[in-house]
Amino acid sequence: MPSVSMIINGEPASGEVEGRTLLVDFIRQTMRLTGTHVGCDTSQCGACVVHVNGSSIKACTMLALQAEGAEVTTIEGMATNGDLHPIQAAFKEHHGLQCGFCTPGMVMSAADLLQQNADPSETEIREWLEGNICRCTGYHNIVKAIQAAAQTMRS
Amino acid sequence: MPDTGLGAAVRRKEDNRFLTGKGRYTDDINRPGQAYAYFLASPHARARIKGIDTTAAKAAPGVIGVFTAADVAADGVGGPICGWVVTQKNGEPHKSPAVSALASDRVNFVGEQVAVVVAESLEQAKDASELIEVDYAPEPAVTRMTDALAEGAPQLHDDVPGNLCFDWEIGDKAATDAAFAKADHVTTLDIVNNRLVPNAIEPRAAIGEYDSGTDSSTLFTTSQNPHVARLVLAAFCGLGPENKLRVVAPDVGGGFGSKIYVYRDEIVTLWAAKKLGRPVKWTAERTASFLTDAHGRDHETRAELALDKDGNFLGLRVSTLANVGAHNQIFSTATPSYLYGCLLTGQYKTPAVYGEVKTVFTNTAPVDAYRGAGRPEATFVVERLVEKAAQELGIDKTELRRRNFIQPEQFPYQTPCLVQYDSGDFPLLLDRALELIDYKGFPERKRASEAQGKLRGIGLSCWIEACGLAPSAVVGALGGGVGQWESANIKFNPTGSVTVYTGSHAHGQGHETVFAQIVSEHLGIPEDNVEVVHGDTGIVPFGMGTYGSRSGPVGGAAVYKAAEKIIEKGRKIAAHLFEASVEDVEYDKGTYSVAGTDKTKTMAEIAFAAYVPHNYPLDELEPGLDETAFFDPMNFTFPSGGYVAEVEVDPETGVVEIMDWVGVDDVGKVMNPMIVAGQLHGGFAQGIGQALYEGCVYDDSGQLLTGSLMDYCMPRADNFPAFKTEETDQPCPHNPLGVKGCGEAGAIGSPAAMLNAVIDAIGVDIDMPATPEKVWRALQTRAQAAE
Repeated sequence: MPSVSMIINGEPASGEVEGRTLLVDFIRQTMRLTGTHVGCDTSQCGACVVHVNGSSIKACTMLALQAEGAEVTTIEGMATNGDLHPIQAAFKEHHGLQCGFCTPGMVMSAADLLQQNADPSETEIREWLEGNICRCTGYHNIVKAIQAAAQTMRS
Repeated sequence: MPDTGLGAAVRRKEDNRFLTGKGRYTDDINRPGQAYAYFLASPHARARIKGIDTTAAKAAPGVIGVFTAADVAADGVGGPICGWVVTQKNGEPHKSPAVSALASDRVNFVGEQVAVVVAESLEQAKDASELIEVDYAPEPAVTRMTDALAEGAPQLHDDVPGNLCFDWEIGDKAATDAAFAKADHVTTLDIVNNRLVPNAIEPRAAIGEYDSGTDSSTLFTTSQNPHVARLVLAAFCGLGPENKLRVVAPDVGGGFGSKIYVYRDEIVTLWAAKKLGRPVKWTAERTASFLTDAHGRDHETRAELALDKDGNFLGLRVSTLANVGAHNQIFSTATPSYLYGCLLTGQYKTPAVYGEVKTVFTNTAPVDAYRGAGRPEATFVVERLVEKAAQELGIDKTELRRRNFIQPEQFPYQTPCLVQYDSGDFPLLLDRALELIDYKGFPERKRASEAQGKLRGIGLSCWIEACGLAPSAVVGALGGGVGQWESANIKFNPTGSVTVYTGSHAHGQGHETVFAQIVSEHLGIPEDNVEVVHGDTGIVPFGMGTYGSRSGPVGGAAVYKAAEKIIEKGRKIAAHLFEASVEDVEYDKGTYSVAGTDKTKTMAEIAFAAYVPHNYPLDELEPGLDETAFFDPMNFTFPSGGYVAEVEVDPETGVVEIMDWVGVDDVGKVMNPMIVAGQLHGGFAQGIGQALYEGCVYDDSGQLLTGSLMDYCMPRADNFPAFKTEETDQPCPHNPLGVKGCGEAGAIGSPAAMLNAVIDAIGVDIDMPATPEKVWRALQTRAQAAE
């Protein structure tokens, strides 16, 4: 089996994978970083969103081998020294999560939005989240959390 | 507002692990030496299985075992069960065909599990499954209820003639017929409650493990009720006994009813682990979730409302066909009978009500309780009918409702449909909802929309439901097979921290926070010192789990009751320490004292003394501070609400835009307003999803056309506006916390309000989901009719 090497959350990560192994499976199974979730098999739900070379991507749409040499950030890499990232903190403050399963993907997706648009409108946030499905919250508090995080990160 | 204790918006204790990727869901768990299971699914909706050849699959790389129904049955292991016996009109019990752990001589729905491959890797198991040769003899399938009931229809089960699961009735037929005979006006509706797929974002998963040294098994699984799963697996599936089986439901990523049941894949995974002497892991792909998770709703109903000339409701007559799919599950008989029929009275003083329900087996996935379970269907019938009657009679829809509301002073109110409503103020809920949406300003807004070529509509739903599933006596009298109490255990540790063990199970509801609030409030210790443990039958002694909005009113009340016992035990310890009589010891929020003295002890000091009994009167006082309580309430709780939807429809495209949404709820006392609002938001989204987007469709051959998230429309963030919510915060009279359930409320009340708004806008009756195509076609038909 071919081997693959990348940087995940600032640490070197490598392993042997099959050609068909998805990036999300490499992250979850090989690296045992189980914060990135799998909620579907058609790249709809967004529970597996991570950052590859700074951009959000659904980790089920990419083979592990395609990430050779890439810098990958997962939900485990968002907090620094035990302090929640402002987006994580806002999700907690505004009850932007219930069962928590879609949450890592939501946070990673929101982080990419806010690096592209520091002051998104409610409509822009809702449209951005088109690729992330939540069955618990009705999105109301997720939107509020992202608005609040944007404000915190601007100030 | 206080920032701690009951009533405060305490931020959730569980969030840190979910937000940092440290949640522990079943698929996140890996056991040493684990193998992987993959189930072969039937491609046919109905076929005889003439034979299965597993030779090639068994020889494939990495394969450890390939098993079929005969292998599992040989060990005396059975399939899913039904937990509720419904007595039919003719006095006979409903029909409940036996279900094997894997399909044996025939398959009855697409996706039905036919064989399992266990291999060293998941990929090997999947590859090998393609080598299994099943000799199917396909037969015509039946997916529509009316077809299944027709003479000569294909028969799903040899012991169920005519595919009829039950023919059941509720209410007084003669009195209702008499009411219709004297009516000045009768409103009639034929309506469909669309079939839904629950789609919790975490797919179901299971890991079975067997320890030959102790002859005991462990099942990690995505369950809403691990103790119930243990009971069913041990007592009915042959995988017990209970004291040798541990069921762990760790973090669970949403349930909505779909994770109440014990499914075939869980049974077989646990069995295979023992058979092979290896831990076995199985995780559903989303496709399997669509095919095998219990679906929801799926009713066809004719409903009639009899009114006098002043618009007073005289009688309600309802006849419903409900689809149970291919076989029964735990609540699949209770959901379309008692959980539906008991709520047909709605918020109204309709004196005579009669409902009859036929449930039908079809070649589709099993249908069972999905968020609301029967109550959304009842609400939809009543509130569509009321709005239709208002339109026919030319009476304002709010006025017609007001004329017929049960009044606040009439509680407790005995309905004609078995149940006794506990409390409510329906006029208040409606008035406040209308105020929040500015009902008076609607005509002006409608004109403004019309000026832009848009159609604007407003729709209401004034709903009531029965939840807090319990009490055992009522549930038992109606055919339920188990008790519906909940248990809690509170353990004080010697250094003053507390561990609470609850039989409720959280899969998003925030029990770790709210139950800590209950304990903090009553025992006077900080919430941070309270740890709430759930979801493991090896650690939590007893439980009935979480469904039917029962965690607050039943599980929370059990925690409260255990706290009361702690307080009383602490009083005895304090009396000993104070050298006072127990009667003289007073307790107030974590502090014991003796009246008229300066003697005080905190709960933490009492806890320490409980475990350091150096000079205890041991014949009178037992060491330790550890109390268990079971709570079984006197009645269901009856949440109610007034919901209003306002929409704008583009006649060119049929697209419905939600302009405003208001939900005013009576969910009893609010323990944590942040969490209650979150529960309601989620319910709104599922209810509105049903009304506008979601619909599960099988074709006539039994193929699931909406079998992925690309085909089944799950609501996204840009489908919704911000929701307006408000709660009345009135105490429920019959549980110590004064709470009513709030988990299902939003999903129960929403579909009727949303569809009523769409119909108000377009002026034509349509069925859910009101997709752009359906709305556009309805408008075209109306336009052609007008020409």
